[in-house]
Amino acid sequence: MNNLIVLPLIIPIMVGIILVFLRPYVKLQRAISLITMIGIAVVSIFTLNRIQTDGIIRLDFAGWQPPFGILFVADSFAMLLVLTASIVTAICLIHAFSSIGERHEKMYFYPFVLFLVAGVNGSFLTGDLFNLFVCFEVMLLASYVLITLGGTKPQLRESIKYVVINILASWFFLVALAYLYGTVGTLNMAHISERVAEAGQGPLLTTISILFLIVFSLKAGLLLFFWLPGSYSVPPTAVAALFGALLTKVGIYALFRTFTLIFYHDPLISQTLIGIMAGITLIVGCIGAIAFKDVRLIVSYNVVIAVGFILIGLAVGTETSIAGSIYYIIHDMIAKAMLFLLAGTMIYLTGKSKIDEMSGLIRNYPLFGWMFFLVTCSLAGIPPLSGFVGKILVGQGAIESGSYVLLTLAFLSSIVVLYSLLRIFLNTIFGETIISLEDEKPMKMGMIIPIVLLGIATISLGLGAEFLSGYVADAAHTLSNPSVYIDAVMGGDK
Amino acid sequence: METLIIMLIGILVAVATYLILSRNIIRIILGTAVFSHAVHLLILTMGGLKQGNVPLLKEADAPYADALPQALILTAIVISFAVTAFILVLAYRTYQDVGTEDLDELRGAKNE
Repeated sequence: MNNLIVLPLIIPIMVGIILVFLRPYVKLQRAISLITMIGIAVVSIFTLNRIQTDGIIRLDFAGWQPPFGILFVADSFAMLLVLTASIVTAICLIHAFSSIGERHEKMYFYPFVLFLVAGVNGSFLTGDLFNLFVCFEVMLLASYVLITLGGTKPQLRESIKYVVINILASWFFLVALAYLYGTVGTLNMAHISERVAEAGQGPLLTTISILFLIVFSLKAGLLLFFWLPGSYSVPPTAVAALFGALLTKVGIYALFRTFTLIFYHDPLISQTLIGIMAGITLIVGCIGAIAFKDVRLIVSYNVVIAVGFILIGLAVGTETSIAGSIYYIIHDMIAKAMLFLLAGTMIYLTGKSKIDEMSGLIRNYPLFGWMFFLVTCSLAGIPPLSGFVGKILVGQGAIESGSYVLLTLAFLSSIVVLYSLLRIFLNTIFGETIISLEDEKPMKMGMIIPIVLLGIATISLGLGAEFLSGYVADAAHTLSNPSVYIDAVMGGDK
Repeated sequence: METLIIMLIGILVAVATYLILSRNIIRIILGTAVFSHAVHLLILTMGGLKQGNVPLLKEADAPYADALPQALILTAIVISFAVTAFILVLAYRTYQDVGTEDLDELRGAKNE
């Protein structure tokens, strides 16, 4: 039954390959890819519940006992992210059905979305550091294709920077892996953790940890996010929503995993450094979110702010704050997907992207307008929506450990998020309407339904926080006690 | 032997850095390719250059050479091959559509 945990990686790859051969049958491709994502969601719910009863599940490929083979490890943290990722992808796919256009659909859009999901899920589940690199590459190659799909001039211009920076980051990842392998002689994460604990985290290992920090920060958009706003604002709406929801989260996941499982011995360096980086990310992200008038850029800078906020939970490093971060990652995947879909739909409806060129959309599309208001409240952390729980827990953790500077920055950033989104809201949704009833583009059902679904998700995540708390508490417990994870992996057969 | 290879890696990284810092997109791509070679050599050296027999029990005597770095490099080479191929095509497409290979001219809209 442990084979179950490889399904979130295997199914999308297999189905993706099959879809390549079904190129002309667009409707069939749509149906199959949607069913696949729902299937993965069901599998991950099932696995998540099994982890609660049986503990962490692992799968040794080809029966090679750890630390010798490659293995998948499913703990609550990984499984919660897999679950959220598949739900968000399914909803983005529904939006893509009506927004992406048949030209893209015939150019293998669905297979590449599935490959992207496979890479993302693989990164969440793997228990081997080199395998993490491979899954990163699977995800990145799919994302290179998705970001260039369509080949408009701005897309090509921005994506070439995105690709180059990610390739460089990948090779640095390999450099870090090589040094780590040379130092501890293993690649299994639990085994590395054991050996680092035995040998003590000396200057050499700390240097390697900083190398990993730089690599994952580049992927997560922590401080080194200069590539992010440009490249996230060019692809088609559904793709941008997928990127905003999933890609940075994989980097964040890797940061959480490495710095809670492997390099946790020297909190003075790693956590201080992460704290400083998160603080600067928040400040610069906030400046960016206020500075621009292009909806897509404002939205992209909101991704950056969220990354800073989540990493504050890691920098503070108490169990409460980590639980807060986990809540916030889940919330942010849903809310960012919704925000990107709203921004893209707004541009589709008006044909403009600057906020001072649009006005009064609420007269034409009332439901759309209120959905925007909902996501604004959710991202600002207004109860009972989903952002609230995460923010309060991160704040509580920061107070417990006395990191008042980070606490201040985190909560000030919420106000800036609220301001930057209200600025869009007041300028574009309220005000005099600019679209007369005759010129009004009809809102496609396929565009508003996914937005409403994500809206329902953010409300129910906020109201159902109690229901989730068991899973999140277990995930936070595993992250803050590395021995749980190590015992599950190295503890022989179950 | 290790020292020599490490020096070679140093030279390759220096070359790659020089290439990546230029403005021409083709040079940057070549830089990433050279950098990937340097990294592969680094992985090989980190596992220790050949210090033993083939790692086959009963076929050869201990000490055995570490076989893992080779496996890692094989994977990494395949990935770097795919990525380099992709970015070369992308650079060509960009050159066709945007009409430039100079990164300064790819900066984006002026009044953003």
